Amino acid sequence: MATALVLTAAFAMVFFYAPLDADQGFVQKIFYVHVPMAIVALVGFMAGGICAVMYLRTRETKWDMRSYVSIHLSVILAVGVLITGSIWARASWGQWWVWDEPMLVSFLIVFLLYATYWPLRFSLEDREKQARYASVFAIVAGAFVPLNFAAVRMAEAYIHPATGATVAGGLPPKMGLTFAVAMLGMGLLFLTLVKYEMASKHATFRLRALRRRLAGDDDDLRLPARSAAPQL
Amino acid sequence: MRSTVATLLSKELTLEWRTRESVPAMVLFSIATYVVFHFGLDRDRVEGDLASGVLVVTLLFAAILGVNRLFVAEHEQGGFDGFLLAPVDRTAMLVAKAVALFVFLCIVEVVALPAFALLLLGPPLTQALGPLVLVLLLANAGIAVIGTLVAGLAIQTRARDLIVPLLALPLLVPVVLAAARSATPLLQDGGAGALPGNWLAILGIYDLLFALIAFAVFDFLLED
Repeated sequence: MATALVLTAAFAMVFFYAPLDADQGFVQKIFYVHVPMAIVALVGFMAGGICAVMYLRTRETKWDMRSYVSIHLSVILAVGVLITGSIWARASWGQWWVWDEPMLVSFLIVFLLYATYWPLRFSLEDREKQARYASVFAIVAGAFVPLNFAAVRMAEAYIHPATGATVAGGLPPKMGLTFAVAMLGMGLLFLTLVKYEMASKHATFRLRALRRRLAGDDDDLRLPARSAAPQL
Repeated sequence: MRSTVATLLSKELTLEWRTRESVPAMVLFSIATYVVFHFGLDRDRVEGDLASGVLVVTLLFAAILGVNRLFVAEHEQGGFDGFLLAPVDRTAMLVAKAVALFVFLCIVEVVALPAFALLLLGPPLTQALGPLVLVLLLANAGIAVIGTLVAGLAIQTRARDLIVPLLALPLLVPVVLAAARSATPLLQDGGAGALPGNWLAILGIYDLLFALIAFAVFDFLLED
């Protein structure tokens, strides 16, 4: 509920309240979607790592589920970031992709790394082992995210608008406020999606368990398709 | 812990010496890769950033071969079970395997580097051999740590040979980056430039951080 309200407010502000950027014009407004998505995706990756640490400490499946869902949604957001980023790049720099941009390259590397989360989970059949190995991966990858950004940033010259400087010093107040609302909206969207996905998985498992009980413990009854998600 | 590591390490090195399985393959693969680069880039000689790129990428791919084979013997012949039964710190296996992989990579480079000088490299290798060796040692350390961790993760999966490159390559990008940037001034025409200290520092810090992370999580991979 709150998410819907904040997101609608954010979009309204983006279109009506925030002034037009001086040199990029209307296209700059994609920044209000692109940057919050990127920040939330990266935070989501690191949160997945933290949930993985909790799983390894407590061995409760719910932490593995949280880690999985966090990473799942962050990857989806990351795809969104890459697409919106390409659109923005094409519109303002004339090219779909540029290599001499530390942000883009770092993000691509992180995305490729997390995309291997699913092959890894799929290829481990034993549930406990799957959860354990996926947690190790999530921790290593979560630690890798900041290291990667630091390393790649040092490598390249930069024309990507440095978000930190822009937000802190460069954005005029109207844009700053719009950005803050968009950021809040994206964060809330992420949390809502996490809740929905977890609820959906819980419901699926309850349903499956009930079906099995009804059918008298007949396990062959409609075996679920193999999925990478942790079972509860 | 130290005696466990020493025992495991001597086992690794003895096994490799007797079977000669990984290292010769890695050497031959790196030489073949130079030939492929010659044809792929359509060049007789490379120098500067192209030379350091070709060198580092070749070593990376040869290392992936070694990483794929790292835990196979343990997995297929019950070595994990035997190790788990012993009353030793499990992280010793990580340290031993990583040091073994590091040694293998160094041996590969003893052959691959002169081969590179012979086949593709433009400027003479001797102009900056010392700093180049330092760069390669640090790069080897990074590849060894990350390779061992990824091998440990992948060995229990069904699609082991597929998972290893998928996981290792993104994690090794900063190593490749820093190593290539460090080696570029050393391999340029017209005399070697100075070794870029900041890239070397980045490489060293990355190696150290990953070694700590690997040390912390490896235990969980070996549980039964």
